[in-house]
Amino acid sequence: PALGLFLFTIARDPLRIIILIAGAFFWLVSLLLSSLIWFIAVKASDPKDEPLQKGLLIFGVMFSVLLQEAFRFLYYKLLRKAIEGLVALSEDGCSPISIQQMAYVAGVGFGLMSGAFSMINLLADALGPGTVGIHGDSQLYFLTSAFMTMVLIFLHTFWGILFFHGCEHRRWWEITAVVVMHLAVSGSTFCNPLYVGSLVPSYLLMAAAAAWAYLLSGGSAQNLRRFLLCKS
Amino acid sequence: MITFTNNSDSEEEPCNERTSLMSAESPPVPSYQDGLPASEAGEAQAHRKRRTGSSRSPNNIADGDMSDSGVPVRESALENEEEELTLKYGAKHVIMLFVPVTLCMIVVVATIKSVRFYTEKNGQLIYTPFSEDTPSVGQRLLNSVLNTIIMISVIVVMTVFLVLLYKYRCYKFIHGWLILSSLMLLFLFTYIYLGEVLKTYNVAMDYPTLFLVIWNFGAVGMICIHWKGPLQLQQAYLIMISALMALVFIKYLPEWSAWVILGAISIYDLMAVLCPKGPLRMLVETAQERNEPIFPALIYSSAMMWTVGMAKPDAAARGPSRQMWDAAEDGRENHRSPSHTDSQMSETRSPVPTRPITSFEELEEEERGVKLGLGDFIFYSVLVGKAAATASGDWNTTLACFVAILIGLCLTLLLLAVFKKALPALPISITFGLVFYFSTDNLVRPFMDTLASHQLYI
Repeated sequence: PALGLFLFTIARDPLRIIILIAGAFFWLVSLLLSSLIWFIAVKASDPKDEPLQKGLLIFGVMFSVLLQEAFRFLYYKLLRKAIEGLVALSEDGCSPISIQQMAYVAGVGFGLMSGAFSMINLLADALGPGTVGIHGDSQLYFLTSAFMTMVLIFLHTFWGILFFHGCEHRRWWEITAVVVMHLAVSGSTFCNPLYVGSLVPSYLLMAAAAAWAYLLSGGSAQNLRRFLLCKS
Repeated sequence: MITFTNNSDSEEEPCNERTSLMSAESPPVPSYQDGLPASEAGEAQAHRKRRTGSSRSPNNIADGDMSDSGVPVRESALENEEEELTLKYGAKHVIMLFVPVTLCMIVVVATIKSVRFYTEKNGQLIYTPFSEDTPSVGQRLLNSVLNTIIMISVIVVMTVFLVLLYKYRCYKFIHGWLILSSLMLLFLFTYIYLGEVLKTYNVAMDYPTLFLVIWNFGAVGMICIHWKGPLQLQQAYLIMISALMALVFIKYLPEWSAWVILGAISIYDLMAVLCPKGPLRMLVETAQERNEPIFPALIYSSAMMWTVGMAKPDAAARGPSRQMWDAAEDGRENHRSPSHTDSQMSETRSPVPTRPITSFEELEEEERGVKLGLGDFIFYSVLVGKAAATASGDWNTTLACFVAILIGLCLTLLLLAVFKKALPALPISITFGLVFYFSTDNLVRPFMDTLASHQLYI
């Protein structure tokens, strides 16, 4: 689905593609920094100590989430400057791309990158021979991974919109809500072989974020009804 | 090098103001040299790319022309509009460069992942005589550095040789050389490649069919590249050639040498293009002075080119650009020379390959566009291919390098817009790519593996 999003909405306009790739790049940098921190922490600690490792992992995850949001903020700043530049250069005083579109594209960029990193090795391994869950792990590993990745990509997209909107209108509570949601989703994956604990809340959160983002972007129940019934 | 097409030397003046205007633009969008609306029509195809490119700012020239030929009034409004169009089309140009680079990388990565031949170590080129199978790390490092020095010096010598040839107008020789290289590349390497692919997929093909296929492929390729041909076909051929060259490099360069060579090449590129006495810069300037086209087989340009007499009356595009046509021609020619050098360099790299130059040397109209040298393609693909071949983190590393290279290309094009002169395309992208490769391989991979094994998501 994310790929479909990309094809239909982004591939047309070159500016959006650039913003998308830049978004992916920012996510990548944040991942890099967070893994650097985790790596240092692991090296500095005792590799035999299981709970410590687990704790470090959790710490790494949380830290990474915070870093991702920080980079999203940085990206927002960069895009603001870009919009100012575009507006200054454009003839009729309005930029060819609005901040909301940018927010959407940035969110998709983040999401795509995170999804790709989460899934692609799995996919490559899935091509090879083997049985899922042979050592007593869940047999639904691939399926749940796929669903989780998808929900995460969508979530990133919505968070992008919400985040940028919050920054635009200086509503700090929106920004903190996004951060908290992200932390919650990542946290929910901690109870992961118990898939109910992680997938269900994530989807619920995604639905909430979707509705919120939709409302923020100017949609309403009326628009939705008109769209669904194909009225003009 | 990345160059803009449609630069002619004669129109420097209007450019200057344009240049100053250009400075304020949004980060990811390089200024599109071609402010003409007509260019939209012709935009579609990317032409040859230039290798380590010098980017010239053809825009200025083109814009200058435009102003003259276009509506004479509202000079400033026109400029503003051109600026905006420049930006918009700048984004378009970036994408026009993204697509071929991406395609080349995809081809290389796909081949590396599937065909085992290219990751086997079956020997080394004579340009890298020191082996890396030494027991100690220090020895290995030393060997790779020595390999790099030899390789770079070979490249430098060949480049200087090419520039000298160009200076003393030994065109026949250059042409012959390029044709020979492209012949070799198109036929021999394609034969090897096809053979390996068929072996991998266990498809049987008899010799007559093989001969027919390769002959057709090679003949059409030669015509397309050195003479006239549909733009997209020419671009496709250039991409394929770059991919083949990159595969050869990946196979025959030992590991550490490959990385050191990549780093050294970008430094060399930086120096060759920016230093006043750098060979590539001299090539560009000589070509500009003489208003000649640079050999097309060495560069990939994203602008449209078509011959004047062709039955492709893109009237909209031709109308406004008619004035600029000469400028474009000149610009085009200027752009080509650096890539020419590059092709020479690439030729020297492997024993045979010559970059076939698409010769659109007779009357051609060029739309504005950006040119990127084929060598740039090759080295980007080498980086990504090596990442795919040798990284243990597999796809994550490859993906990271891919994004890094694209971002580097964006930034380079942006700088092109700011500086409006020939710029080397390699350094920024390769630096990003290398940084990301090493960091992803060593830092991110353990993190992601651990996360994936616990199925945690960040």
